[in-house]
Amino acid sequence: MTTTVAERGRNRPDLGKLLSDNGALGGLVVLVVALSIMAPTFLTPQNLLNVGVQAAVVAVLAFGQTFVIVSGGIDLSVGSVAALSGMVAAWSFTEAGLPGWLALVAGLVTGLAAGLVNGVMVSYGRLPAFIATLAMLSVARGLTLVVSDGTPKSTPEEITALGSTIGDYLPVPLLVMLLVFGLTGIILTRTYAGRTMYAIGGNADAARLSGINVRRSTLVVYGLAGVFAAVAGLLLAGRLASAGPQAAVGYELDAIAAVVIGGASLSGGVGRATGTFVGALVLAVLRNGLNQLQVTPFWQQVVIGVVIALAVLFDTLRRRTK
Amino acid sequence: MKNSGRRRGAVTAVLAATALALTTACDPGTTGDSGAQTLSIAFSVSTLNNPFFVQLRDGAEKAAKELGVKLVVQDAQNDATKQINDVQSFVTQKVHAILVNAVETDQSEPIAKAAANARIPLVAVDRSIDGTVVSEVTSDNVQGGQLAAEALAKAVGPGDVVTLQGISGTSASRDRDEGFTQGMALRSSVRVVSKKGAEFDRAKGMDVMSALVQSQPKLKGVFAENDEMALGAVKALGARAGRDVMIVGFDGTPDALVAVQNGTLAATIAQQPRELGRLAVEQAVKTIRKEKVRQLIEVPVKVVTKDNVADFRN
Repeated sequence: MTTTVAERGRNRPDLGKLLSDNGALGGLVVLVVALSIMAPTFLTPQNLLNVGVQAAVVAVLAFGQTFVIVSGGIDLSVGSVAALSGMVAAWSFTEAGLPGWLALVAGLVTGLAAGLVNGVMVSYGRLPAFIATLAMLSVARGLTLVVSDGTPKSTPEEITALGSTIGDYLPVPLLVMLLVFGLTGIILTRTYAGRTMYAIGGNADAARLSGINVRRSTLVVYGLAGVFAAVAGLLLAGRLASAGPQAAVGYELDAIAAVVIGGASLSGGVGRATGTFVGALVLAVLRNGLNQLQVTPFWQQVVIGVVIALAVLFDTLRRRTK
Repeated sequence: MKNSGRRRGAVTAVLAATALALTTACDPGTTGDSGAQTLSIAFSVSTLNNPFFVQLRDGAEKAAKELGVKLVVQDAQNDATKQINDVQSFVTQKVHAILVNAVETDQSEPIAKAAANARIPLVAVDRSIDGTVVSEVTSDNVQGGQLAAEALAKAVGPGDVVTLQGISGTSASRDRDEGFTQGMALRSSVRVVSKKGAEFDRAKGMDVMSALVQSQPKLKGVFAENDEMALGAVKALGARAGRDVMIVGFDGTPDALVAVQNGTLAATIAQQPRELGRLAVEQAVKTIRKEKVRQLIEVPVKVVTKDNVADFRN
């Protein structure tokens, strides 16, 4: 990858550049226009809010995943870590009797801890990210089942509020998603940690030789992914008013797909918050739209799979032609 | 970089268009041409990766056709969150009634709320919903569990048995376990030595059973809380199935009935999924037409053994 840290840092949110840099946005616009024409119920305010809510969990997971993918890694554990964080929060409240806000914090700490363990395995243990996080996928899911004893646990009000609306219409998950989106953008473009992610993803050896502490940065990357996964898990639990042992199964794949559709390269060094946001919206719009068009469930899976496959295929083709 | 970005945009756009074209092509008649007067009912099924729920859907679809109402079906793929998303979409489509076969009874409260806020009547199908429903159509799973205990005890005689449990948190799994435990309490010669979860899934049932065969060498019987897991157990046990290990399933799916005929399954507890689907649609239509509905309909279950399997295979 020839893209340098300096080049990345110059990105400004102006519309023309946004459209040309971010191919997925064009796709999203086409999708929205087409769906608005084909499904009369698609472009209603209520449905658009629904799309936002439906995108939120995957989007938050994907923002965390963006850090990892930009730095050249992959995190397969985010779905399980989300479930574990939500479950620990619910358990802290129902079984351990902690107050609601403290249960929420316990959930976030759980995510951070799981993320840091991933980071330690990758940086100090020198495990490939794929394997380390695959192990965590299994461990976190197992622990979720252990903590829950296989049954869903109800969440305190503080967490349930995360899944509801302010007033009658404004959904909290949507706000959280936008907040996390902004935060991701700032971390990636405006902080030292963000810049080191591009540097490490571009060329880890060069990054090390130029004085970046790659191990510590890797810890930060996976720690952030863990915390973001916890936020997603709390949103998910909030929406259901309970944390389920089988929550977020397979969501890591949606998160990775969102990041890649958004233009990040799986070989690292490339990727942005706006791209990931658009990628998550593409998936949510597609799912919601196919529902509105009353496409049968089996065909929905085919269509979504085809879109993901072609998006990733294009990523590899693009890299090959370089 | 920029150039490829643009190219990618074009490709994504083409992709999106293709996706939409594809979906309309493979789904004729469902968009645009619905008459304004036809009643539309939506049905969220927990999973269609299980023949039982496919039959449930078939029954609902047949009834909808006969009653002249439009039925939209969505597959929640065993994901409680996807189920809420689907139900929200039903609400924006302003359907007249919603049928829900819940992924998890314990996580179904938001579904009930979404329907209640939009004042759309909700019917619970096969599994209970945590909230207000106009009607619940289900099998009598506790009775089914008791019948399974009786059938297994009869087939095994004295000895050790294990249970393959379904998705915990579903009323179906809980009620079958309750009935089975009650039934076993009456029969002291049969001992339940292990209970393992296999999520109502055939492949998982096979894996779990393979492990149990190793850890329980004296095993003589298996109660699987659905036929898919029972058939997984049959695969894991191979030639021992129906000879020195007796297996009792639950559901009465076509594959299971064949297995009962062949003798690999000792028995299954037949539900009537098509009947469940039919009754659910019927209740929904009655509610919309402001006719009287029954709060709870429990469709009876029946024990199927080699003696009476012919009655069920038609």
